[in-house]
Amino acid sequence: MLEIRGLEAGYGLTTVLRGVDLSVPAGRIVAVLGANGAGKTTLNMAISGLVKPRAGSITFDGRRIDGLPPPAIAEAGLVHVPEGRKIFPNLTVRENLDLGAYRRARGNRARNMDRVFATFPRLKERARQFAGTLSGGEQQMLAIGRGLMAEPRLLILDEPSLGLSPLLVEEMFALIRRLHDEGLAIMLVEQNVAQSLDLADEAHVLENGAFVLGGAAADVRADPHLQRAYLGL
Amino acid sequence: MGFPPEIILEAVLNGLLTGAVYGLVALGLTLVYGVLHIINFAHGALLTAAMYAAYVARTALGIDPYVAALPLAGLFFVLGYGVQRLVIGPASQGKDENILLVTLGLSIIVENLMLAIFRSDTRSIDVPYAMEVVEFGPALLSWPRLVGFGATLAVGVALFLLMTRTATGKAIRAVAKERTGAALVGIDVAHIYAVTFGIGTACLAIAAALLLPSFYVSPRVGNAFVLVAFTIVVLGGMGSVVGALVGGLVIGVVESLSGLYLGDSLGQIGIFLIFILVLLVRPTGLFGARA
Repeated sequence: MLEIRGLEAGYGLTTVLRGVDLSVPAGRIVAVLGANGAGKTTLNMAISGLVKPRAGSITFDGRRIDGLPPPAIAEAGLVHVPEGRKIFPNLTVRENLDLGAYRRARGNRARNMDRVFATFPRLKERARQFAGTLSGGEQQMLAIGRGLMAEPRLLILDEPSLGLSPLLVEEMFALIRRLHDEGLAIMLVEQNVAQSLDLADEAHVLENGAFVLGGAAADVRADPHLQRAYLGL
Repeated sequence: MGFPPEIILEAVLNGLLTGAVYGLVALGLTLVYGVLHIINFAHGALLTAAMYAAYVARTALGIDPYVAALPLAGLFFVLGYGVQRLVIGPASQGKDENILLVTLGLSIIVENLMLAIFRSDTRSIDVPYAMEVVEFGPALLSWPRLVGFGATLAVGVALFLLMTRTATGKAIRAVAKERTGAALVGIDVAHIYAVTFGIGTACLAIAAALLLPSFYVSPRVGNAFVLVAFTIVVLGGMGSVVGALVGGLVIGVVESLSGLYLGDSLGQIGIFLIFILVLLVRPTGLFGARA
């Protein structure tokens, strides 16, 4: 569904991604793991059009999307829930969700909002509140809910567990599993290696802007380098 | 310095009426600042251009400024949209300091264009209602100012509905605080910037049509209003739409009262005293968000 070949990207004189290959098949969860500064967020930004790739190709559903502006990529159904949530603090929860359907699935907005409220009853309680007044966990729910409003065909989740309490992290991973069980393809970008490996079908480990390891999640988990560097075993 | 109460009441009411149109000029400035995070130095020149447009509509085509207000608003919306989309946006290369210079350059071009076309003469139009007054209790209110007040309120309500009820309005508010998030939900940020700039310019066109019956036009007239508008924006809070309207009313009353007590030529002193006081005591303004 998503095919990335030889992707290079960076900012100014700095090169961050040095030739990245990745594919996310339909209906799967693919985890991209790595430490801070490995290039995970740059990879996401290049996929969603916020950073222009310098080389390589990104294909979504058989169509080249590298170089397209972010709205065109969102319109194709590749929806990115960014690190740091990037919700609209000065808009109400309901207005945030409304805007999730700005480019896609406008006609199904009412139905999809009911579904988001069913998934996140907390958001329904706070529908008229300004999003900036929500707690960190609630803001993360809102960011994901806003993404779901667009009826994504592939959902990119960038650090969804970042800054959440251990209990909320458990809830977040349970939610991701539920979305996946409903058939949604997910690219999960996380620092939380152990829990992501439990959840994902495939995993790839990014270091210094290139993948050093990748394959079925179970194989990646058994790799000695990964166990030493990321799991402390 | 005792004036009879009816004189003071009249000064306050006339100040409120004038202040509303000041608020309308400030509205465009604050909207552009709130969403694009730039100070538009071409605001005064665009107001001048709009006043000349209303002047030409009256003198060459015989259209009353109040009738011309809405078509001019449409025309200036398109103009503002184009200027942001085709000139300011591309020339800025994403750097705010470039935008300052581009808008400054734009203001020089527009002002000199007006100077070349209309010369430096001050001009005014002749409308039958320019000197008409309406009795309001003991006070006499100027008809053109009353119209200006009503029209500004109408624009305020229209803008409020646009911002809260329409997808474009929500997108404008979203872009104001969170550009990246907005781009990711599929909002075309460059388009929203241009729409916002266009709305700001359309407000100027309406303000110009409301000012023309009681003010003269010259190639630099816009700057006088924009200086006041800057004070209003600082008083109301940078980027606050409500702040611009309320600030406009306050400044109108201050100007009117200090004109009454200090004489017309010193009337503007009160405005700048307020400006300095606000910066000292409450730099975020009345309705401004904390930094």
